[in-house]
Amino acid sequence: MSSLPDPQLPAGPIAEAWRRSREALPLISPLRKRNLTLLVVGTGLAGASAAATLAEQGYRVRVLSFHDSPRRAHSVAAQGGINAARAQAVDGDSVSRLFADTLRGGDFRAREAGCQRLAEISSAIIDQCVAQGVPFAREYGGTLATRSFGGALVSRTFYARGQTGQQLLYGAYQALMRQVAAGRVELLCRREVLELITVDGVARGVVCRDLLSGALEVHTAQAVLLATGGYSNVYFLSTNALKSNASAIWQAHRQGALFANPCFTQIHPTCIPSGDAYQCKLTLMSESLRNDGRIWLPASAGDERAPAAIPEDERDYFLERLYPAYGNMAPRDVASRRARELCNAGHGVGPGGRSVYLDLRDAIAREGRQVIEARYGNLLEMYERISGDDPTDTPMRIYPAPHYTMGGLWVDYPLMSSIPGLFVLGEANFSEHGANRLGASALMQGLADGYFIAPATVTAWLSGHPTPTIADDAPACREALERARSRIGALFQGGGTLPVDAFHRQL
Amino acid sequence: MIEHCGISRDAGGLRSGLEELAALAGRFHAEVRVPGTAEGPNPELEKALRVADFFGLAQLMLRDALAREESCGAHFREEHQSAEGEARRDDANFAHIAAWEHRGDGAEPLRHAEPLRFTTLQPSTRSYR
Amino acid sequence: MTSLSGASGSLSLNLRIWRQDNPGEPGAYRSFRLERVGADLSLLEALDQLNEQLIATGERPVHFEHDCREGICGSCGFLVNGQAHGPRAATSVCQLYLRQFADGATLTLEPWRSRAFPPIQDLVVERSALDRLIAAGGYCSVNTGQAPDGNAMLIGQEQAASAFATATCIGCGACVASCRNASASLFVAAKLAHLGQLPQGQPERRRRARAMQQQMTAEGFGSCSSNLECEAVCPKQISADWISWMHREAR
Ligand SMILES: Cc1cc2nc3c(=O)[nH]c(=O)nc-3n(C[C@H](O)[C@H](O)[C@H](O)COP(=O)(O)OP(=O)(O)OC[C@H]3O[C@@H](n4cnc5c(N)ncnc54)[C@H](O)[C@@H]3O)c2cc1C
Ligand code: FES
Repeated sequence: MSSLPDPQLPAGPIAEAWRRSREALPLISPLRKRNLTLLVVGTGLAGASAAATLAEQGYRVRVLSFHDSPRRAHSVAAQGGINAARAQAVDGDSVSRLFADTLRGGDFRAREAGCQRLAEISSAIIDQCVAQGVPFAREYGGTLATRSFGGALVSRTFYARGQTGQQLLYGAYQALMRQVAAGRVELLCRREVLELITVDGVARGVVCRDLLSGALEVHTAQAVLLATGGYSNVYFLSTNALKSNASAIWQAHRQGALFANPCFTQIHPTCIPSGDAYQCKLTLMSESLRNDGRIWLPASAGDERAPAAIPEDERDYFLERLYPAYGNMAPRDVASRRARELCNAGHGVGPGGRSVYLDLRDAIAREGRQVIEARYGNLLEMYERISGDDPTDTPMRIYPAPHYTMGGLWVDYPLMSSIPGLFVLGEANFSEHGANRLGASALMQGLADGYFIAPATVTAWLSGHPTPTIADDAPACREALERARSRIGALFQGGGTLPVDAFHRQL
Repeated sequence: MIEHCGISRDAGGLRSGLEELAALAGRFHAEVRVPGTAEGPNPELEKALRVADFFGLAQLMLRDALAREESCGAHFREEHQSAEGEARRDDANFAHIAAWEHRGDGAEPLRHAEPLRFTTLQPSTRSYR
Repeated sequence: MTSLSGASGSLSLNLRIWRQDNPGEPGAYRSFRLERVGADLSLLEALDQLNEQLIATGERPVHFEHDCREGICGSCGFLVNGQAHGPRAATSVCQLYLRQFADGATLTLEPWRSRAFPPIQDLVVERSALDRLIAAGGYCSVNTGQAPDGNAMLIGQEQAASAFATATCIGCGACVASCRNASASLFVAAKLAHLGQLPQGQPERRRRARAMQQQMTAEGFGSCSSNLECEAVCPKQISADWISWMHREAR
């Protein structure tokens, strides 16, 4: 390479730029689509929505996932909600505000055209999900309910209790299974992608390992879409599912795909802290709790009294003190960093002094225990199960943990990586969140990519490029197989004695 | 990684992170035990393949954090902060996307910069006060 | 405060675990002892620890499914002393903590057993039959881009909440594993109730009910004889009342 590919940003004013460019994108006849195979890796929000939509359009789609079922993708764990600018609330939210919040939230390290596109698509995502039967929370009058999330002053987050990701994923999964039944999607589960196949510099397939038989398989296609999620598991303790990984994007990077902003990783302030060395992950408590919970630490360092014994004037509600405008809703990075500073200064609570309190006491006094329990039911149960404490009696102890990776494979505006024919969707790409993601915007981005952007841009790319069929035993395929085989072989050769986790823990 | 490339980062920590990482990655291939064979189900092999890839990526994260001499968003460099402990962004030098090119294992990756242009909203300092 | 610190101490456990190399070979129980493990660990973390010991001694680690470790992905699931997901109500096995058990307790771990869930290895079985049930009709047929305004259809708060409650099924298969007839009735009823309670689900309601129940039979799941074990083990506490509702739906 040696120079960066053109990011293909739209010309003209950014408002409506996506609509303009989409309307100008070339199309492909339905007859031709039937003969084109697309590979989609991953069945999270981004992958499942893209695969279902591309199949609806008439492509032959083959879907690979290491999970035993598409429904298990890590998107299922997203709790708090999904942002959308629907401009009907009285607080005056609008597309331009969501755009501005996304760009500002990302600290001006994202492309403005991408942020604008997200904001413009956001409303249609909600409509699509509602039509699929996603049971979003509703107001008494029957309209869609919203709440506010960290980093925003308006209430634009749509939610389904504390299980929004699960419900959105099931919507996409069900759309996907409908296409499986229709014979347009071939679903191959328990397949881990290990290598990307490129022919003359164009992505034409992948090598994966069948996790039951152990066999290495070659899958070729006219284009490859990676929607394999984020890489927070580089850190041993994160909120990601244990099997979340970076293999697909990392191996694509080794084959030439540029990797953008790898150091932009988000640490989430509200996780349940760790105790034992064998603990393998941290569980996130949705930051929607910060709507009602107040974060505090003992005002004097080394105060070891039980929280109930610390009087009001000896508590430091440090986010409210430092950030009067946003208070407990200050963005994640700010909240995490301030918490850590105070913990380092000896104010932290819990084992090792590494946690801070998140206290629902005032909210319960104001609105009643029942209301708060109804609002956060499953989160409170989860906390109690893990910690053994009842959060409506004792303040929760929370701790920051790696949670989301803004960085990822570099993509241009149409979501294509620097390897032609390789598209990257969802958390796996680097787009739109800049140096910091707003709460509830990842679900929005994954679904925008999968339902609306990639289906249009993949078609446009295919229309202008030759789409040869590659034989499974073509030299490029055999080389990729060989790379996978030798990497596997090397792991058995060590003759060492330590389990993998011993190394991961040190990382 | 959480120590050197977590909530806040500084050049010294990032550099020692790179050294520790290189040592750890080397030890991994020499000392790891992956039981069983590549045939049939083998969750430990799956894990080993994933962790092996994390080493390369972790290295790239550290390099990127080292190269980005500013504090922006979730990337907080201790060296670049205001008197009140707020992030100090450097738009003159870092208003760009860093895109890294792999040039072979062991070789230095190449850092490309895609400049960012703002037409509707001018970069302002994030303030949540 | 007691928790999280390991302050709640440690305990020793006897684990009797079903070991089976592959579906073609018979399985058997093997006993292991875990000495002084932290009571704040989850049962799966204790198995991780056991596996590290097995790797050190050159034995094949115990294979069990897991991923999110927070009760939402539905990957994990096996019987603990005969109970699906173990003794704690409304809890998947990844959310089961050792402080639940007495020091010296013996835990017998065995896989889901059902004709529709073929065994794979140790505690792992194949549950793709559940995906095929969804493929048979567990969706609303709406293509991307065809959706009307999400607020065009008003849905009462209670109605939305009730649909949500049935939509929380994580597809773990505990209901099947605990049913004498290995029926997937609760799983199917939950999906039918989720979509059947919402206006979006109405156009295909009858077809969906018929198709999913036919597929259930085709996959080799049994029929419901109202034992209600499924409801008792469901980590999401989905009510078995929906099964009788489902039987009315199909008519
Ligand atoms: C605990 C938690 C809570 C969150 N809460 C929110 C929230 O409230 N709001 C919000 O907007 N965002 C939230 N997020 C972030 C958001 O959930 C994710 O960014 C988003 O769901 C990622 O979706 P995805 O489709 O990109 O990837 P994923 O859902 O992670 O899916 C990855 C898919 O790729 C497959 N895969 C990966 N690697 C391979 C491989 N090598 N071979 C084959 N298949 C592979 C997997 O099987 C899986 O199907 C949360 C994240 C976490 C961890
Ligand atoms: S591991 Fe995800 S539900 Fe248990």
